[in-house]
Amino acid sequence: MNPMWPDFLDTECVPLPSNVAACRVQVDAARWCEAADAMREAGADLLSLWGSDDRDRDQCLRVHAAYLLRDRVVVVEHAMPADRPIYPSLATRFPAAGRLQRATYDLLGIRADAGDMRPWLRHGGWPEGVFPLRRDVAATQTWPVTSSPYPFIPVSGDGVHEMTAGPVHAGTIEPGRFQLAVVGEKVLRLEVRLGYTHKGIAKRFEAMAQCDAHRLAAHICGDSTVAFSWAYCAALEAITASTPSPRALVLRGLALERERIANHLGDLGGLANDVGFAFGQTQFSSLKEQLLRHNAELFGQRYLFDFVVPGGVASDLPARALPGMLDEIAALERAVGDLRGIYARHEGLQDRFLGAGRLTPAQAAALGAIGLAGRASGVARDLRVDQPWSPYDQSSPALATSTEGDVAARVQVRFEETLESLRLCRQWLQALPAGERVCEVPVAPAGQLGIGLIEGWRGPVMLALETGPAGGIRRCRAHDPSWQNWPLLEVAILGNIVADFPLINKSFNLSYSGHDG
Amino acid sequence: MFDILSRIRRTGRLSEPYPVPDTDQTASTAIQRELHAVFGRALCIRHVDAGSCNGCELEIHALSNAYYNLEGAGIRFVASPRHADVLLVTGPVSVNMEDALRQTYEAMPDPKWVLAVGDCAVCGGLFGANYATRGPISAIVPVDAVVAGCPPTPLAIMRGLLQITSKRPA
Ligand code: SF4
Repeated sequence: MNPMWPDFLDTECVPLPSNVAACRVQVDAARWCEAADAMREAGADLLSLWGSDDRDRDQCLRVHAAYLLRDRVVVVEHAMPADRPIYPSLATRFPAAGRLQRATYDLLGIRADAGDMRPWLRHGGWPEGVFPLRRDVAATQTWPVTSSPYPFIPVSGDGVHEMTAGPVHAGTIEPGRFQLAVVGEKVLRLEVRLGYTHKGIAKRFEAMAQCDAHRLAAHICGDSTVAFSWAYCAALEAITASTPSPRALVLRGLALERERIANHLGDLGGLANDVGFAFGQTQFSSLKEQLLRHNAELFGQRYLFDFVVPGGVASDLPARALPGMLDEIAALERAVGDLRGIYARHEGLQDRFLGAGRLTPAQAAALGAIGLAGRASGVARDLRVDQPWSPYDQSSPALATSTEGDVAARVQVRFEETLESLRLCRQWLQALPAGERVCEVPVAPAGQLGIGLIEGWRGPVMLALETGPAGGIRRCRAHDPSWQNWPLLEVAILGNIVADFPLINKSFNLSYSGHDG
Repeated sequence: MFDILSRIRRTGRLSEPYPVPDTDQTASTAIQRELHAVFGRALCIRHVDAGSCNGCELEIHALSNAYYNLEGAGIRFVASPRHADVLLVTGPVSVNMEDALRQTYEAMPDPKWVLAVGDCAVCGGLFGANYATRGPISAIVPVDAVVAGCPPTPLAIMRGLLQITSKRPA
C-alpha cells in the first residue's frame, strides 16, 4: 500500500449505495487535504466537487469531493460552520477543482481558501452575496440582470492581439465565450468562459419527486440523455435496493451504446466538414439520421429521452425488431469500416488531423483528463472496462486508446469505439435475456445518499442523489465530464493556428449545457 | 478517389425527392415545395441557443443532412444576425443569455421574425422560470411562431418555418 495512504480512508469509510463500488468519509480540514494528497498520489481522478446547505440539519455547510479510484468511488465530505464556510482549495492538486470551486461559491457561498476567485456561473443574473442554492432562497425568486463584465486574464506583448468569439457563435452550437490571444496566426493563449446555459437545474431538482426527476436528469445534456437518466435511476435504485431485470439492464445498455454511436457518427462527419471534406459529413450525417429514425421506430424516440425510467425502461423491444437491428449493425459496421479506410487514405484530411490540437499524455495526466479525450491522450480508462456495472460486467468491452493526443487520435478513438459499441449491441441482441420491463421502486426514506456513475460517450457521468422527506429530493448533483475536459482545450490549442480552432474544439466536442447545469 | 466515388454511387440519393407537381408527395417534400415557393433562395436564419439542453440543436443540425436537405430548399443558417430574416431561438432563456439574445434580435434588420423552437422556448418546458431562467422566449423578444416538442422533429421545425411564411408581407 502506498505510504501516503492515510488509514482513515479505509477505516472510516462507510459504503454508499451505487451501481459501482462507492463509499463516503467525513473529514476535517486537515484530513480534507490529506485525502486529496493521497488521492493524487494514488492516481485517482477528481470526479466532481459540490456543496450542500445543511444548516437546517446541523448548522453546517458542506463541501463534497468525489474521487474515482481504479476500483471504487470515494466521496470525501467536509462540514464547515455556517458563519465561516471556507475550505482548503484542491486546485493545485486537481486543476479541474478550480472552476468547480468557483461554481460552488456562486451557488452556495462556500469558498475555497485560495486560487481564482472570479465568479463562474454567476454572470450578473443574481446579486453578489445571494447564493441561490441555499435553502432560504425560494425556488421561484428571480432578480433582474445587471451587467457584469468578466475580467479575462489580459495578455500583452509585442504583436499580440486578442480575439473574442461568442457567446453567440457563427454556427449552430451552444453558447460559450472564447477569448483568444494570437501572434500572427498562432494562438498564444485561450481562455474559455462558460455558464451561459446555467438553468438552475440543481435547484429545480429539489422541487421534484424522486419518482419523476429522471425526466429532468434526461435534459441536463441533450446529447447524453441516456447516460444522465441512467445515472439518476442507478442512484435511486441503489438507495431503494431495487434491481431492474437483466432484460431492462441490457435494453439500457443498448440505448447507451446507440447514444454513443449516434454522437460518434455525428462528430466523425462534423470533423471532416471542418476541414472541407463535405463527403465525410454527408456520409456520416446520413448514417446518423438512419440510426435516429430506427430509434424512433424501436423506442418511439429519436434521441431516447425518457427511455430510462426508475426500475427499468419505458418500452420493451418486440422480438420481431431483432433481425432488423442485427442487419442495421452489420450495415453500419461495413459503412464505418469503409469510411475509416477512406479517411485514412485521404491525404488532405490527414494533413489537417495529424498533429493538430495535441494534448500529450503528460499534460493529460497532469490536468486530470477523463473520458474520450483522456483516452486519446493515453489515459487508458473507461468505466465500462474498469468498473463494469450490469450489463457491462457480462460483456467485457475493449478499451480504445491512443497516445498521440491530436485530432487524429480523437478521430481514431471514435472510430474504434463505434465499432466496439456495435459489437456490444450485437452480442446483447443475440442473447437478449428475459425479464420485466420495469420493477417497482419504493419511495426512499429521507437523508439517503446514492451515487450513479455511467460512462457516457464523453466520459463518466456522475450523479449524487440525496433523498428528502415524503418522496422528495434534498440535493442532487449531476456532473458532466466536460468540467474536467474544458481546460484541456485551452492547452491543446496552444501554438496551433487560429483557423484550426473550430476543428480542435470539435474534436473534443465538450458539453456546455451539461457543464453549466 | 475511386473508393470515394464508389461509396457515393452506392449511397445513392438520400434526399427525400424534390417536389414535382402532381406526383405523390411525402410530408417532407410538400414542405420543401412550399418553402421553396415562398422564399426562393432568400430565407436566412440566425440561430440562438438561449440555454437549451442541446437536444433542440441536434435536430436543427439534422435539418442539414441529406434527408431533409434544408439548404437545398433555399434556407440557410447564417453567421451574422445582420444577414438574417428569421431568428430561431431554443432554450428557456437563461439569465446569462438574456442580454445576448436581446442584442442578437436588435442587430437583425427589419422585417424580422422570431421562431421559438422546443418546449423550453415555447413555455419554459421542464425548467420553467427560476433564479437562472426566464421561461418562454416571449418574455424577452416578440415571438411570431412556435414549434412545440422536446425536441421537435426536423419535420416539425420545417413546418414551423412555413407558419412564418404566412406572416410575411406580400
Ligand atoms: S425543448 Fe427539450 S430538447 Fe429542446 S432544449 Fe428544451 S429540454 Fe432540450
